[in-house]
Amino acid sequence: MIDVNVSLFRWPFRRVVGDDTAGLVAALRRRKVVQAWAGSLEGVFHKDLTSANARLAEECRRLGDGMLKPFGSISPKLPDWQEDLRRCHEEHKMPGIRLHPNYQGYDLKDPAFSELLHLAAARRLVVQLAVCLEDQRTQHPLMRVSPVDISPLANLLKSEPDARLIVLNSDPLHNLEQSQGLLSGGNSYFDISMVEGVGGVARLAKKVSIERVLFGTHYPLFYFESAVLKVREAEFTDAEGQAVLDSNARRLLEV
Amino acid sequence: MLDRRTLLLRTCGGLPLLATPSFAANPVPVSPPWIWDIHCHLTDAPGATPEDRLTAIVKYMDRVGIERVMLSLGYPLLMDPPPAQLREENDQVLRAIKRWPGRAYGFVYLNPNYLQASLDEFDRCVRDGPMVGVKLLVAKRCNAPELDPIVERAAALMAPIMQHTWLKVGGNEPGESSPFDIVELARRHPNASLICGHTGGDWELGIRIVRATKRLCVEIAGSNPTAGFVEMAVRELGAERVIYGSDACGRSFASQLAKVLGAEVPDSAKQLILGGNLRRLLTPILKAKGYPAA
Repeated sequence: MIDVNVSLFRWPFRRVVGDDTAGLVAALRRRKVVQAWAGSLEGVFHKDLTSANARLAEECRRLGDGMLKPFGSISPKLPDWQEDLRRCHEEHKMPGIRLHPNYQGYDLKDPAFSELLHLAAARRLVVQLAVCLEDQRTQHPLMRVSPVDISPLANLLKSEPDARLIVLNSDPLHNLEQSQGLLSGGNSYFDISMVEGVGGVARLAKKVSIERVLFGTHYPLFYFESAVLKVREAEFTDAEGQAVLDSNARRLLEV
Repeated sequence: MLDRRTLLLRTCGGLPLLATPSFAANPVPVSPPWIWDIHCHLTDAPGATPEDRLTAIVKYMDRVGIERVMLSLGYPLLMDPPPAQLREENDQVLRAIKRWPGRAYGFVYLNPNYLQASLDEFDRCVRDGPMVGVKLLVAKRCNAPELDPIVERAAALMAPIMQHTWLKVGGNEPGESSPFDIVELARRHPNASLICGHTGGDWELGIRIVRATKRLCVEIAGSNPTAGFVEMAVRELGAERVIYGSDACGRSFASQLAKVLGAEVPDSAKQLILGGNLRRLLTPILKAKGYPAA
């Protein structure tokens, strides 16, 4: 299995099993994960993303057991963010980046986001966009963050045909008003970590095609078992299951 | 009817993720962890009729190893249903469980804003009918005195009451109960079998709120599969006060089962949460109705 959505380091509001990298890698190994795309929770909250990304790359190299692929954090609202992007790509050899617009104070209509999408596409970096990290209703009262409004994405992606964008932590069929245009587009992908409803993953695959559905767990903030049981609940054919669990992600990195 | 081994294998076997040292390493435990789900609705299920909808639900239950659901709420779902709608939704559940008597029990949907109609509905569906529990949603906060006659009647028949509760950081809906409200209710009715639905949603607060009210159970459905939920519930309440539910079909069985199957708690705790506790709560009323032993 390839898990496209794990995070390293600690969540500020809760300790969880797997929030140490060695423990996370061991847990993923036990669950037959062969590769995991790792973002940084430091990269959600820190201003010095340069050092956060360096630590992420080092942690993946030192403790990743060959499994972890680092996805650095970029905020296009930080001064000289283009240098962070360059370092992620050229120095840390990251295959992609992970964005948290709602935690970093911009929306997708912001011209800076368009520029980031364009530069990432030019570098052939996969872009992961996390719509949220937790249920808005249960957030810490001093840290209330709305989910990202993804409705501008469909048009933005039309003008960036080389972009490869993965929407993480969303339930697009329950948010049709925002995701309708994106669902019919071609160069966007969806992880299943927050897809809900009985048979929800199968419905998503039917709507967007199986090739655009990726196995992502949001581990260790979510129980890993949730995503696997969703695949089981979907009762895919072997080929479909293989696509979601492995080959779709593998193909994305090979492009 | 699926046998024990088939159910266990469907639940755990063949799932590499569940090959953890705790649960799947012993695929046929001494106590059968046949999974019972206390929280399932017809509302969002596909199908033209109640029977069709439960048939669709059973298909998904089989995929993840759930033996039986407690079914309530029909369609269209109203938050403050007048008596005619209550009756309609309960009739839908009655039709569905009649089609699948081995896979679902019914919980009657009541609305304390229509007290006499609710008591009549309780008598029709539970006292004189096949249902075994009560479902209360968001029409009125459950600390209100109007709840008392409903709770007394349910307690007299040993029927558990599943009360929706949430604690939203932005504020609850006007009739929406919080765990504080069900604690008040439980203190007035020490002999009732009350279940704090969703553990208040914000479970890190909900668990603390109900902790000292020893007879109150919590149910884990209807929230994200956030790591640590079941561990904290078992640590602070004891496994015997924690009950698995999904809130299907709005939530998947999968994401909610994962809260238990993925938790770092002993196998014995998982068995209680996945069915042992619910069987214990229901045994008196099932016996009284002459249903097979749970």
